[in-house]
Amino acid sequence: MKSPLSAARVRRALPTGRRAVAASVVVVLLAAVVGWAVWPDRPDFRTESTMLTVRSGPAGDEPVDLDTTFYLPEGASADRKVPAVLLAHGFGGTKDSVRADAEDLVGQGYAVLTWTARGFGRSGGQIHLDSPDYEVRDAQRLLDWLAARPDVRTDAAGDPRVGVVGGSYGGGLALLLAAQDPRVDAIVPMITWNDLSRAFLPESTGKPATEGVFKKGWAGIFFGGGGSAGSGPAGLSGNTAAAQPEGAPASAGAPSPQPGDGPGSRSPRAPGAAADPSCGRFAADVCAAYLRIATTGRADQAAVDLLRRSSPAGVLDRIKAPALLVQGEADTLFPLTEADANARGIAAGGTPVGVAWFTGGHDGGTGPTSDSDRVKYLTVQWLDHYVKGTGAAPGDDFTFSRIAGFDALDRGLVATGYRTADYPGVTGDARREVPVTGPAQPVANPPNGNPAAISAIPFAGSLGSLLDGVAGDVPGQHARFESTPLAEAVDVVGAPTVTVRAASATGEAVLFAKLYDVDPAGAATLPDGLVAPIRLTGLPATIDAAQPVRVTLPAIVRRVEAGHRLRVVLATADQAYTTPAAPAVYTVAVDGAVSLPTVTASPIPTTATVWRWVLVGLLAAILVGLVGLVAVVRRRHRRQDDSVHPEYAGIPLAVRDLRKEYADGFVAVSRVDFEVHPGQVMGLLGPNGAGKTTTLRVLMGLTQPTAGEIYVFGHRLVPGSPVLSRIGALVEGPGFLPHLSGLDNLKAYWRATGRPWADAHFDEALEIAGLGDSVHRRTKNYSHGMRQRLAIAQAMLGLPELLVLDEPTDGLDPPQIAEMRRVLQRYATDGRAVLVSSHLLAEVEQTCTHAVVVNKGRIVASGPVEEIVGESPSTLFEVTDQAAAREVLGRLDAVQVLTADDAGGLVVDTNGTARSEVVAELVRAGIGVDRVVPRRRLEDAFLALVGENSRGSGDR
Amino acid sequence: MAGSSVGSPSGVGEFGPGGAAAGYRPGATLPFGAEFRRQASRRRTQLALGFMVLLPLIILVAFQFDSGDDDGGGGGEFASLADLATSGGLNFTLFSILVSASFLLVVVVALFCGDTVASEASWGSLRYLLAVPVPRARLLTVKLLVALAYSGLALLLLAGTALLAGTLRYGWSPLTSQVAAELTPTEGLVRLLAVLGYLAVVLLVVAGLAFLLSVVTDAALGAVGGAVLLWILSSILDQITALGVLRDFLPTHYSSAWLGLLSTPMQTDDVVRGAISAVSYATLFWGLAFWRFTRKDVTS
Repeated sequence: MKSPLSAARVRRALPTGRRAVAASVVVVLLAAVVGWAVWPDRPDFRTESTMLTVRSGPAGDEPVDLDTTFYLPEGASADRKVPAVLLAHGFGGTKDSVRADAEDLVGQGYAVLTWTARGFGRSGGQIHLDSPDYEVRDAQRLLDWLAARPDVRTDAAGDPRVGVVGGSYGGGLALLLAAQDPRVDAIVPMITWNDLSRAFLPESTGKPATEGVFKKGWAGIFFGGGGSAGSGPAGLSGNTAAAQPEGAPASAGAPSPQPGDGPGSRSPRAPGAAADPSCGRFAADVCAAYLRIATTGRADQAAVDLLRRSSPAGVLDRIKAPALLVQGEADTLFPLTEADANARGIAAGGTPVGVAWFTGGHDGGTGPTSDSDRVKYLTVQWLDHYVKGTGAAPGDDFTFSRIAGFDALDRGLVATGYRTADYPGVTGDARREVPVTGPAQPVANPPNGNPAAISAIPFAGSLGSLLDGVAGDVPGQHARFESTPLAEAVDVVGAPTVTVRAASATGEAVLFAKLYDVDPAGAATLPDGLVAPIRLTGLPATIDAAQPVRVTLPAIVRRVEAGHRLRVVLATADQAYTTPAAPAVYTVAVDGAVSLPTVTASPIPTTATVWRWVLVGLLAAILVGLVGLVAVVRRRHRRQDDSVHPEYAGIPLAVRDLRKEYADGFVAVSRVDFEVHPGQVMGLLGPNGAGKTTTLRVLMGLTQPTAGEIYVFGHRLVPGSPVLSRIGALVEGPGFLPHLSGLDNLKAYWRATGRPWADAHFDEALEIAGLGDSVHRRTKNYSHGMRQRLAIAQAMLGLPELLVLDEPTDGLDPPQIAEMRRVLQRYATDGRAVLVSSHLLAEVEQTCTHAVVVNKGRIVASGPVEEIVGESPSTLFEVTDQAAAREVLGRLDAVQVLTADDAGGLVVDTNGTARSEVVAELVRAGIGVDRVVPRRRLEDAFLALVGENSRGSGDR
Repeated sequence: MAGSSVGSPSGVGEFGPGGAAAGYRPGATLPFGAEFRRQASRRRTQLALGFMVLLPLIILVAFQFDSGDDDGGGGGEFASLADLATSGGLNFTLFSILVSASFLLVVVVALFCGDTVASEASWGSLRYLLAVPVPRARLLTVKLLVALAYSGLALLLLAGTALLAGTLRYGWSPLTSQVAAELTPTEGLVRLLAVLGYLAVVLLVVAGLAFLLSVVTDAALGAVGGAVLLWILSSILDQITALGVLRDFLPTHYSSAWLGLLSTPMQTDDVVRGAISAVSYATLFWGLAFWRFTRKDVTS
């Protein structure tokens, strides 16, 4: 035995060389992948923040400080000029609210100039609502500044190559700037207005803004902070920030419409903070107009004129920069119709216009990832073509998307994108008429508009569209008109219309028309919380005399499933709008059908399509690989060595120069070489650890030999060789399914061989096992000996021609051992052979016809047992006086004392001298002889191996 | 054993190719049916399958104790599956699947696939099968197919029992959830089958991992437990959003994508990606298992 710290053990404990290399490679690769994924992106741009003083105002002589940040891509210089993007922020935001978008754009190779609009953040001046004289002129001065930059590409002196991108307030600026300054090369206005007066004072039967219904909810959010200096609508801001986390911008350059700090919160350093607490940083004229409208709920012509000055509506024909109009479907502030009006106005002048709708908006936020990715892609495509001058023309595809449901993984919303070649507008390219019925109903207008239905909550965030009809309609204040369940689903894209009639004792009525989607269970959904306010005048007192009025409902994108019903609701009060203060009762009716616009569009292929093909490809690859593998294995199988080694053809077993070295370097068998011939019962004798079991393992195809061959009836034996079917084995103890009975185990084993039932010879095997009725008991309850006998029976199933038994008598009692000997000797007839391994000398001697003695992986003796056992010249004498006996024996010729032990024993080589003569000599010399035992060669050989000590001599 | 005798040996008869014994064909060894019966006789198989039948019934009984003041819990829109569980047989089945998908089915599949080779090794019967000889690749193929068959059977038993018991108790009503329009029972059944199909695909990862461990180790418990532990580890890592895009490569990342099959229209994007992930992992694990087992020294 070596020390516990022997080299072999150390080697065994450590991974072997190849494994260590493989493991290290895997670890390094994993670390690299993790590092690559987690490593923060290093910015490849630089920024310059400056406070620019520009001169604007009606006369262009009023200085104002603008807080700017200029983003320049790495590598841009006077030699390598880059195109620029002017990136405007939303109302209440600052240049920082568009930082993520700016970084996206600068990554696309644009120089990006962001600034805080006047009246916000650290910039000076007052809010003039994108007035052409103020905010727009400020932006013109920024274009001058860009043109003066040495690293910004120019079209001519003082004319930078520039696109203008912005959302909401910034989008309005983009449109107005493009109308006012021909130097702008392309614009991407998002979620913005066409006519500010119509946006805040909408009327859905086509009346002017002076007749509009005041959208007090939204107006209040914009102006609300103005009265209380220093405390903006912080709660709202917080909510929105949560709904629109940083790093998830709506799009490249789609500055999220954040109420942000609100106009009321301003930095103490901000110059020009107005002293008037009711106006905050609003310009006096804007503030006055708001106060007038908010007080009465009606707009006078002066206020409308002021708002229209801040609207692109009147100047669209002057816009020559190609415009991509992005509008949100979940937007109760600037609905889809605003972008529609812009698109028509700009396109009328022959300017290229693209229109895209997405599922976000002022209520819906950035929308699902797929949507913001689409908007981002379209924006970059638009800018690349019209500003940078690369990439194909974007074409005039109209794209939109529809909420498809919840994302199962991140619990967000999922939208499906659609596309069609021509922009159909909000009227769709086809219409479906769905009749709605219901009697004329009286509805009450509550005094001061309270209580009111809550249709939408401004800035409800991305889940805003799901608040649909949360609060529902107030009983008594609304009338319902319903359709029958739809026979088939309708994809509504655009603004449905419906004809209503109303009667009022006062001759006037303010109503809110809503279109609900009612599922079979009765749950009603108001798409995106959109309502159509209508103001009717000159009404008769009775419904019969009422004239039908065409109402354009809000434009939506929604699939109404088959089996769902449509419900038109006419309500009298809505939380978001100012309604007449006086209580009144109207009678309302809906005539005929709801006209639903539809658009023929095809889904935009997403990466999902690619993945689908990847899956198909993967499955096909696996299938092909599998088929190929099976073919290769079959071919190898067919090519396998079927030949019979002529020298060993008739020999059940021939082992040639077998060597087995384990992976840890331990040599279990160094060289074993023997044959088993028909009719032989061969004993493989050796002490524990001599390599017997390893040899048998190789013989059973369980282990690959390092070197050497095994032939069974001349067939080369490798793991899984068919010739193994002619070997029955018991190696390393029995192995049974513990939950099956002995008989069932044998049957299960034979079933696994797939051979005919009759070939098994169960009766003979069971007789050998001799288990009696116990054969029906579960093997887990068997004694060691019973299991051993069952295992021998299993090995004999099918009467194999070579029986290999490892320590077969282990656990058997003496009569059973004796019986086993007879069985084995009888078995090895008719060309069959038996190989028995044992560490017991007596067993081999009594059972076997031949024996091979192995020790330390080598054969030390072999041959017929009689030959090995036959008379041997050495004899053990046990004498009374060992010393005297040595002397006597020394005198005899040729006699030689080999060894002596403490108990008086002498092993003597008599070398032909008769034992009787030796005894006589000893007795004559007066030495008592207790025992004379002839020694045999097998024992000699075995003892020589085992030595005199009793511990496992095979241990190495 | 006394008085036993070996009948007159049939002598050296006809031999097959490669010197095989008469009647021996490598392709006929360890037939599917034989392995199926081997596994069917085991107590763990019977218990696992029995529990699949019992679980829906336990849930059904548990719902009878519903006091009615359930206030949701707020696990998002998909939590409605629990609230709607008693609205019909289909919903009840869906709920049963929901509660067992994340852990119970993983354990059951790991049990069937992880135990199959390792238990034979620990009983010592593996070496006798190999000495039959059952070709190693065939042994693994049959064992894998049988393990997968039992896994599939467990899934079907769970869903089938839930559907039967739920329908008997709550009726054959449309499949409802807050994420989709109400689905007619026929459409709902199709969705349910799609969900089961996807779950089966996702569980292939567990099957692959458990089977690989089963081949590598001789301890059945180690293979089953190891597969479940690694699955849990992957689930935990998937919760850590800081890992970013790496999470997409975790085998459990898409394990709940089947919920998307309930929405209208069905969201198949993540299902497809999940299937790609699961099939890739399963192929990798099984490939490694075969590569290892056809080369290793069987020492148990």
